Amino acid sequence: MQFGIFSVGDVTTDPTNGREPSEAERIKAMVSIALKAEEVGLDVFATGEHHNPPFVPSSPTTMLGFVAARTSKLLLSTATTLITTNDPVKIAEDYAMLQHLADGRVDLMMGRGNTGPVYPWFGQDIRNGIPLAINNYDLLRRLWREDVVDWEGKFRTPLQSFTSTPRPLDGIPPFVWHGSIRSPEIAEQAAYYGDGFFANHIFWPKEHTQRMVGLYRQRFEYYGHGSADRAIVGLGGQVFMRRNSQDAVAEFRPYFDNAPVYGHGPSLEEFTRETPLTVGSPQQVIDRTLGFRDYVGDYQRQLFLVDHAGLPLKTVLEQLDILGEEVVPVLRREFAAKRPAHVPDAPTHASMKARRDAEATAETEAGAAR
Amino acid sequence: MTDRTLAVVSAGLRVPSSTRLLADQLAQATAAELDRRGVPVRTELVELRDHGHDVVNNLLAGFPSEALRRALDTVAGADGLIVVTPIFNASYSGLFKSFFDVLGDDALVDRPVLIGATGGTARHSLALEHALRPMFSYLRAVVMPTSVFAAPEDWAGGSAQGTLRGRIDRAARELAEQVGRREPAEAADPFRLTTTFDQLLAGD
Repeated sequence: MQFGIFSVGDVTTDPTNGREPSEAERIKAMVSIALKAEEVGLDVFATGEHHNPPFVPSSPTTMLGFVAARTSKLLLSTATTLITTNDPVKIAEDYAMLQHLADGRVDLMMGRGNTGPVYPWFGQDIRNGIPLAINNYDLLRRLWREDVVDWEGKFRTPLQSFTSTPRPLDGIPPFVWHGSIRSPEIAEQAAYYGDGFFANHIFWPKEHTQRMVGLYRQRFEYYGHGSADRAIVGLGGQVFMRRNSQDAVAEFRPYFDNAPVYGHGPSLEEFTRETPLTVGSPQQVIDRTLGFRDYVGDYQRQLFLVDHAGLPLKTVLEQLDILGEEVVPVLRREFAAKRPAHVPDAPTHASMKARRDAEATAETEAGAAR
Repeated sequence: MTDRTLAVVSAGLRVPSSTRLLADQLAQATAAELDRRGVPVRTELVELRDHGHDVVNNLLAGFPSEALRRALDTVAGADGLIVVTPIFNASYSGLFKSFFDVLGDDALVDRPVLIGATGGTARHSLALEHALRPMFSYLRAVVMPTSVFAAPEDWAGGSAQGTLRGRIDRAARELAEQVGRREPAEAADPFRLTTTFDQLLAGD
């Protein structure tokens, strides 16, 4: 099972001292957080993509390329890549390039983006959100899998004899997750292709996640990719930890109360009860996270949100230390012990390459035997 | 025959509340009328005052608390609705509007709704026609032709068999008629897929 972090990349004033980081500070902080993730033994760093203030990560492959150069094991991902407003041609090129630079340590999570005014800045219309996500992704898959593409569709100019370069590393496109909170069409899309499905999970009651993952698993089996429990599921999570849970609550409360997404709404206590947010001791985080399995089944990837709402970099790095030292090792062990042997890991470049090479060898041998 | 449910939404803020009083009278009259027609019915009351904070939290956080979710499910799953609001500034109260804002715009499609209101003077009575009726029409609910407004004189001067009573009974008959002629309601499932993947791919 993979563990990691995902960042929205918001620039938010620290409510405890009124200090707002500059864009430069926030961007460098995201990089520090990614490097720290590798240092403490996490597997994945995923950056958001946004094209409006107060967010900084508008250019994910620039950031991930920089992180790739300074890490050696960390898997670089997105949360999410806007499949609606980005040109699929540019996504195909950018992430294939990143794959080569990062020696295959790349996957992506597709998302739609929910801010209406952003769409027209990129020539699109939010009312076409779902059709854009479906059609653009279908083209993206072809660009990675076919050397020469002729294509015509509703949402971009036609392509004639187009070759997206560079070709995917070793001819193997990056693994793709599809993220959605409550659009069944996206669970269906992930199931149709046998791709991964990522439930954001945070900010919402678990019932959303349970329904969406259930739907994805059922349709994954329907489309013949394997039994429902072999589908590839990722979940978000949100934690804040201190040795004593009371200290965690006291320190996190001002950040919670003023957070951009839910601040000035439900109380911290209500929100932790009704969503997966866990504020407390490392053991409480372990117990709560292990409980996710009860309603989504065995899953492959757990990403935590730890760096938002104005939390200072120092605090975030401390959170990563606790995650890496005390939480994730226990989660790895406990999840592994519970997981049946037939449930696969999330595909990586290395695993997809090994599988393809094994299949090619088997075919050659079968050919020789004939 | 399966039991039908009547959801009664009252947006009164005081206890006791004249809005609640009107809601109760409409509910009793409708239940009696359904009973007379041999349609078994269960009445579920939703007092919006109890959910005031949760409604605002839902607007801010994007999802309902457990208690509010139960109230929303009650309304979304009901065979008929009686909704009563005090008139503030010539329209429904903000709490009343916000509750239906978080309910979702598909929840009341083809649901029979009886609208009622209370106010400090009868001059507010047309708020039912220019505020409530269009909102429920937008939600594609079936709004009863008779709406019921209760002014102070209805409570003070009116007799038990006065004109308010007559309007309540007429509205109740209309609602009972609509509930009785429909199949039992099923709450819409927001996670239900309504297109095939091929249709999605075709961009439909």
